Amino acid sequence: MALVTAMRRLAQVSLREFSRRSTAVSWGAFHTAERSFTTGAQPLRSDNKVTVHFINRDGEKITVKALPGDSLLDVVINEDLDFDGFGACEGTLACSTCHLIFDEEMYKKLGPVTDEEMDMLDLAYGLTETSRLGCQICLTKSLEGMVARVPESVADIRQTKDGSA
Amino acid sequence: IGWSGKAFLSTSCCPKVCIVGSGPAGFYTAQHLIKARQDVEVDIYERLPVPFGLVRFGVAPDHPEVKNVINTFTQTAKHSRCSFYGNVNVGKDVTVGELQQAYHAVVLSYGAEGNRRVGVPGEDLRGVYSAKDFVGWYNGLPSCRELSPDLSCETAVILGQGNVALDVARILLSPLDTLKKTDITQPALEALAESQVRKVLIVGRRGPMQVACTIKELREMVNLPGTRPEMVAADFEGVPEALKDLPRPRKRLTELLMKTAMEVPGDKELERRKNATKIWGFRFYRSPTEIFADPSHSRTAGIRLAVNRLEGSGERAQAVLTGEVEDVSCGLVISSIGYKSLPIDPSVPFDSRRAIVPNSVGRVHQAAGLYCSGWLKTGPTGVIATTMNNSFDTARSLLEDVDSGTLDISTGKPGSQIVSMLLEERGVKPVTFSDWEKIDSLEMRKGEVCGKPREKLLTVEEMLKVART
Repeated sequence: MALVTAMRRLAQVSLREFSRRSTAVSWGAFHTAERSFTTGAQPLRSDNKVTVHFINRDGEKITVKALPGDSLLDVVINEDLDFDGFGACEGTLACSTCHLIFDEEMYKKLGPVTDEEMDMLDLAYGLTETSRLGCQICLTKSLEGMVARVPESVADIRQTKDGSA
Repeated sequence: IGWSGKAFLSTSCCPKVCIVGSGPAGFYTAQHLIKARQDVEVDIYERLPVPFGLVRFGVAPDHPEVKNVINTFTQTAKHSRCSFYGNVNVGKDVTVGELQQAYHAVVLSYGAEGNRRVGVPGEDLRGVYSAKDFVGWYNGLPSCRELSPDLSCETAVILGQGNVALDVARILLSPLDTLKKTDITQPALEALAESQVRKVLIVGRRGPMQVACTIKELREMVNLPGTRPEMVAADFEGVPEALKDLPRPRKRLTELLMKTAMEVPGDKELERRKNATKIWGFRFYRSPTEIFADPSHSRTAGIRLAVNRLEGSGERAQAVLTGEVEDVSCGLVISSIGYKSLPIDPSVPFDSRRAIVPNSVGRVHQAAGLYCSGWLKTGPTGVIATTMNNSFDTARSLLEDVDSGTLDISTGKPGSQIVSMLLEERGVKPVTFSDWEKIDSLEMRKGEVCGKPREKLLTVEEMLKVART
């Protein structure tokens, strides 16, 4: 983890109400007071950061900067973006809640999808041809300015009603 | 109860919510409520001394990543506005009516602890188990400790083709070396080490395109070391042609199933299959009609399966009897045809046909201030993420009702103050979350000794003993 991220996390811990911080799903909305603190902190090196835009479920655009190598799930957690239920399995390809949708051009840049990812992606609610799981996408400079849309629901398709998937 | 609400005045009119059940439904409902309003206080009641429900007792031991949600539940439990009360049996130690008087709202999230019966003769023979009990057994659910399934037979038949059926098949056939490193219970490990089961048939009423399992779990079976697949090619008639019209998820799943059943494998795979000592396969178009006893009547010796054909296609296809039957010898039958919710309190409306609490978006019908989430609300299907969404929806309904005034929070409620008093009067001592953490630490330390993530305590007595230290 980058020194900057680690320092930022340490600073956040003292402001939180609960006693232990884990790498679990963020509690975003809780910490609106802390957000200005964290985004105000100046990173030690800003030139190799990647700008990422998220469109949340209310259609609002949220712009953040992240480090190459971070997965999009890392970014959502580190920036305390408040997407309900995002990343339930903490990036272990055991759910589909970090489902993100891209435009065609960006999707092509993201590279090949493994069977493992595809298997979980297949279960995502509102699956599209340009869907990916955020925990599997690692940022590079070439993805600068990417736009990732958080789809409407995080329901996994395995919510069968008559026993068939 | 003869107490006056005024005697236990809470000075603030913060909404106090009680949640019954500490599985994913309970915790996700709590998480959403606490996050949405800075003044909501949530108390979670759980029958067992330990929290987390099916995450602890249902998710397969070899799927530890699925259990990562425990981290977020732990955060919720340790929140200043959340309290966990284990070892409290709602319906017995305290009634839902008493909870409704103590809290502004009560959310029932106690899931599905029963199972659907197959409804055929022989179902109660030794050697026949519900998947719910079998899974509970290898996952250390105290009520399933005495199951002692008889694994001294060559063939096991699993009824049902959902993910739970595949979990059971996989645990029955997994190499011991794999299982040894998981949190599967010690007795289960020992029983599986002695197991003579070498062939597992996963039987379904309909065809390959109606299987309820999903591709990840199917792939795990296909790749299971030491095993080879054996299926009936004729079952796949008409499937290749139907592929192109299927949506991608169903298409990929069916392709993998077809490939596994019919494709001639390459040299490497042929070699691997030759060396396999265990066999697994789906059997389609078969419904159980009777389970036979062996001559000494002490256990099952086989099962009669009626042969079906399909009417219609896709998800809505129906199995129709053809009149033909087929008998399969087996010493183990595990029915994996669905869990089922049970009523726990006569004052709570319950739909016995659908086995759920009747509700609209989590608001229980004809019961103000009563809500439900999770499987109790929608029926027992779906994974954790499904339940998460379902629980968020219920929480939203509750919050809407607070905002609209439908749920009246203008008078303070005593919440846990009064419930704790009642429980003490009745000789019930709740287990707190820090008490659970003592159990948690002990289990992890015990596990470390034998290379497992944890060694679960198997009885309520042991759990309470540790909780009270």
